[in-house]
Amino acid sequence: MSNRKINMKEKYRLLTRDLDWEYSYRDYKEVFPQQEFEGIKITDWSKWEDPFRLTMDAYWKYQAEKEKKLYAILDAFSQNNSQLNVTDARYVNAIKLFLTGISPGEHQAAMGFGQVGRQLGGVGARVACQMQAIDELRHVQTQIHAMSHYNKFFDGFQDFSHMHDRVWYLSVSKSFFDDARTAGPFEYMVAIGFSFEYVLTNLLFVPFMSGAAYNGDMATVTFGFSAQSDEARHMTLGLEIIKFLLEQHPDNLPIVQRWINKWFWRGTRMLSLVAMMMDYMLPNKVMSWQEAWEVYFEEAGGSLFKDLARYGIEMPDYAQTAIAEKEHISHQVWSMFYNYGHATAFHTWMPTEKEMDWLSEKYPNTFDKYYRPRFEKWREMEAAGERFYNPTLPMLCQTCQIPMGFTDMEDPTSIFYRQSEYDGERYNFCSDGCKDIFDHEPEKYVQAWLPVHQIYQGNCGGPSMEDVLGNYYKINLGVDNMDFHGSPDEERWNIWHNLQPAEDKLKQAS
Amino acid sequence: MSIEIKTATLEPIRHTFEHTKRRFGDKPASRYQEASYDIAPEQNFHYRPFWQPDKELFDKSRTAVVMEDWNVHKDPRQYYYGTYVQARAKLQEITESNYAFFEKRGSAGRMSEAVRAKIIRCLVPLRHAELGANMNNMFAFSNGTATVVNQGFLYNAMDRLGIAQYLSRIGLLLDGNSTESLTLAKEYWMTDPAWQGLRRYIENVLCVKDWFEVFIAQDVVLDTLLYDLIYRQFDDAITEQGGSDLAMLIEFMQEWHKDSSRWVDATLKTTVEESDHNRTTIKRWVDDWREKAVADLAPLADIAVGDTAMAASLDVLNQRLAKVGL
Repeated sequence: MSNRKINMKEKYRLLTRDLDWEYSYRDYKEVFPQQEFEGIKITDWSKWEDPFRLTMDAYWKYQAEKEKKLYAILDAFSQNNSQLNVTDARYVNAIKLFLTGISPGEHQAAMGFGQVGRQLGGVGARVACQMQAIDELRHVQTQIHAMSHYNKFFDGFQDFSHMHDRVWYLSVSKSFFDDARTAGPFEYMVAIGFSFEYVLTNLLFVPFMSGAAYNGDMATVTFGFSAQSDEARHMTLGLEIIKFLLEQHPDNLPIVQRWINKWFWRGTRMLSLVAMMMDYMLPNKVMSWQEAWEVYFEEAGGSLFKDLARYGIEMPDYAQTAIAEKEHISHQVWSMFYNYGHATAFHTWMPTEKEMDWLSEKYPNTFDKYYRPRFEKWREMEAAGERFYNPTLPMLCQTCQIPMGFTDMEDPTSIFYRQSEYDGERYNFCSDGCKDIFDHEPEKYVQAWLPVHQIYQGNCGGPSMEDVLGNYYKINLGVDNMDFHGSPDEERWNIWHNLQPAEDKLKQAS
Repeated sequence: MSIEIKTATLEPIRHTFEHTKRRFGDKPASRYQEASYDIAPEQNFHYRPFWQPDKELFDKSRTAVVMEDWNVHKDPRQYYYGTYVQARAKLQEITESNYAFFEKRGSAGRMSEAVRAKIIRCLVPLRHAELGANMNNMFAFSNGTATVVNQGFLYNAMDRLGIAQYLSRIGLLLDGNSTESLTLAKEYWMTDPAWQGLRRYIENVLCVKDWFEVFIAQDVVLDTLLYDLIYRQFDDAITEQGGSDLAMLIEFMQEWHKDSSRWVDATLKTTVEESDHNRTTIKRWVDDWREKAVADLAPLADIAVGDTAMAASLDVLNQRLAKVGL
């Protein structure tokens, strides 16, 4: 018997699309009950273009090879105590933020893609989402394994899962993913598949993974390289979902545009934590946040939206605000965290003189004018033994849940502030973007579990800060939190490297 | 004599993550433990799902069975992503060489027309049933609460997609890539009376809202019956009729089913043993779905193997259930 040749595209169709059938014992809507309530109109699922053509046998094979290599390196990393090779112990705080803030997001993404991987009515789209679901599970698990060795030598990693459900700044990323997962399947795809994984992914991935590469963190950078080909697949899926929705029906355009506006802003706010990490937490800098923003959003995102213009999609609302904020955001967020450094499970610190010079050079319009004087004052206070901590609880934005500390771009010295009223209550917002999101779906955002409100309502272990931070958050007080200088992390690092404690250096300097 | 390399040793400040320590004690934990236990969110959810406003994300009430702690489950295979894909990669490597061998030997051409036709009628249509199994396991994955339980469903879902793809390739091997076998198999699936019971059963499970009930209906009841019927009894029947080379093409499914059954049994056992409530609830589902499955599969059993086949598979299912006291 001589065999006909089948091309890849045809073969993939037979091995995925053709598996589906038209139900006759039950109604299609019973099997896919979530497909219509968002108002999205799908006329023909067969028009879905498979973003990648990977059958399971090939998936198992490639992924197993990648895993084998990754774990060989992780084993070598711990065997050789390679945590000693990072630039300095301050760096490790960047990956504490990653494990507590980002990795649980990967877990949420796995669940979310699993949900849409069951609920979307087209088999091609379902299968692509399922592959992303299992990839995202890979990411959370390999990240836990990559950080596992750091956890044995540094403080602040140890309770990442418990903390993610409770700690104030971690509710920024938790609420982001909760928001996407509680939306319908199509909004989820636009939120996570497109806005996050396509438009903003480089602004998350590059800062952390290149930051790892620049700072001698072999475990994290190896994970990063290993995840790159997964991410490439996810990006093609994110783009396909947008094109597909817009090609299906003209009525989808305004809905999709609104979702893009919302999730661009929601993502941008969340990335402000990455901005501070990039400018302040990496001893060896990759590039400034502003530079990353210009390359990955203004240039790459700009040409993407030009491309999407033929579908009627416009640049997201408030992109101009975000662009104006690029010169400020990292400094403002680092200030907030420095202020509340007693309430974080990672260490904060003031930049060294050399680092301040780098910031001045990278942010010529803003750093010396608005931020350097404040930072120098804080540094003096620290040298005098009065390291500044803000004892009051901050007010949080009802939407993004970041403390209300962003300034007005028209007047960068005054805090930006908006309010809405709903059902007789007032709600506060850090920006017009966050207020718009609330105003469109107030019944959703009034449900937010706002950490500061919860503390005031007595839901977080008790009235004192020790109750909240120590018992409820499980931060080891005096160990995980406070300034890097004087921390057990620093002390151990100095012993390992026979270094003089920074505190002594400071005393000598002053 | 062994050679001892001297390395600098640093005393760790802790052995594992705190949540792993709380569960397993203060000692180094395995990669399976660190990546599987207590990593799913449990409280302080921000918003209720638009698609199910009466529940929260990770809501335990998405099933009627109750576990005080879902994290007491354990996959005896200890699969996390890395061990899972490596186990499957090994199995697929064997499968790949089997398929290549089958093709090189011209095994399809050596089978009689009758045997080929029988495989196309009784085996290849299962590619559709496997897609249903994929969706059902995906449903359980995305509705459960604890990662250590959920991940098993995700692996199972991806496995079922893989099996559906192997079944399709069997069709292509038999028809020399003309794709006629797949067209024919779909026709059987859609209209052949022998297949309508199974198709109805799958479509019904796709509409079940309780994810543990889906697990019972799909992975426990149906799969036990179907895998015994097809991958043991039908395999034997085809071998007797001169189609022994089929065995090479379905080794993956046989090995997979053994592997997967370890997880299915453990998941079932732990849940049943938790409480009388769970036992009663699961017993009711089992009785209900078993009755349907036996009726729905009987016509297929008859044409695939013969009129005693269904009873033989039912015995296998009952023995399996008896092991967990059901």
